[in-house]
Amino acid sequence: MVASRGNNSNPARIPALGIRVIVLMLISILLMYFDQRENHLDTVRKAIGVAVYPLQLVVDAPVRFWEWLGESTTSRNELQLEVGRLKAERLLTNARLQRLTALEAENARLRALLDARAKVRDQVRVAEIMAVDANPYEHNLVIDIGSRDGVYDGQAIVDADGVVGQVIATGLMTAQAVLISDTDHALPVEVNRNGLRTIAVGTGEIDRLDLPFLPNNADIQTGDLLVTSGLGGAFPAGYPVAVVDGVTRMPQEPFADVTAKPAAALDQVREVMLIWSGPAVEEQ
Amino acid sequence: MSRDRDSRRLPVIATLLVGLMLTILPLPESIEPFRPDWLALLVIFWAMQLPRTWSIGTAWIIGIILDVSYGTLLGQHALALCVIAFITVRFHLLMRVFPLSQLSATVFALLALYQFLLFWINGVAGVTAQAMDYWGPVITGTLVWPFLYMFLSGVRDRARAGA
Repeated sequence: MVASRGNNSNPARIPALGIRVIVLMLISILLMYFDQRENHLDTVRKAIGVAVYPLQLVVDAPVRFWEWLGESTTSRNELQLEVGRLKAERLLTNARLQRLTALEAENARLRALLDARAKVRDQVRVAEIMAVDANPYEHNLVIDIGSRDGVYDGQAIVDADGVVGQVIATGLMTAQAVLISDTDHALPVEVNRNGLRTIAVGTGEIDRLDLPFLPNNADIQTGDLLVTSGLGGAFPAGYPVAVVDGVTRMPQEPFADVTAKPAAALDQVREVMLIWSGPAVEEQ
Repeated sequence: MSRDRDSRRLPVIATLLVGLMLTILPLPESIEPFRPDWLALLVIFWAMQLPRTWSIGTAWIIGIILDVSYGTLLGQHALALCVIAFITVRFHLLMRVFPLSQLSATVFALLALYQFLLFWINGVAGVTAQAMDYWGPVITGTLVWPFLYMFLSGVRDRARAGA
């Protein structure tokens, strides 16, 4: 490569090409090293992220426009039907909520009796998923609020049905989140029926989680609801995660083969809720 | 001279922006692994055609932008793009006289090298992915190359004619 530099007589040669490529490669390797080991490059990432933001908006725009078009051209009939359905749904949820208030009060009283720490209500905020595709090697998504709105790394994300994932990188106006189905994601859960604690690991398939650490005699069966146990610290306790859909016990293996289907529709969500809970809320 | 340079720069920047948009455009999960590496293809083309203006420096900057929008290790795509840009610039005269079939084979090799570098860095960093995530883009990238090549040649010729 160095030899190519000396040969400047050939007009087709680009000067100092070898040196330039070596310098750039070294810079890349240094950047990767620092990015992997420490988090000094967060500000750099954010600065470049701001520059990419308009492009993300442009990519996102046609999808939004299409949705808006769909919404504004729905027929009156359909709208009336939907309003009716929503009203019925609201009535049902309200009825359930009334009981919830009573239950919450009761729960607080009982906890006071037991001298246990009262449960704090989590703060939530709705965020929209941007129609932007991120990293091809991981299951993740981009949401439209970032550190400007108080989003922090490790924050839990849920949708109406259950846990979706957690924030892994926050930009100024956007944030990236990893889904619970990602192979690198593990989530402390407990079985809602009996409080059995275990860990739900992503499989890389969007509709399947693995529970690899359950012994053959564990009390778990198909249809069990798994909820967050709150032990990992990232997720507040009590949010539904998945429903067990397969238990295979093999006598010769130490662990049972248990799979579960995420409660949230991971590949269909458009709006998600971010949860502020625990110490992070107190800090703010 | 400066007008000439501007008219050459504009189409390249426009194609790169469109390439970046195609790269972050959402696709259904099932065909997602088959998204061609648009930016790698564009870098190969422009480094081959205009190696003095668009070479490894540009490739590196595009790579950094790609790393930020993908959330991968900062420098990962930058390094990979920079290496394939270097090889392209080094052999650009040869590649220009290749017939399209031979050129496609070269592009296949370059894309495979690009994905291999990404795979290698992923391995060091501990990111796991399925084999199809790497081979998919190489295959589709090679398949779209002839069409992209013809389209971009048109862009280049028009830019020259307008100068």
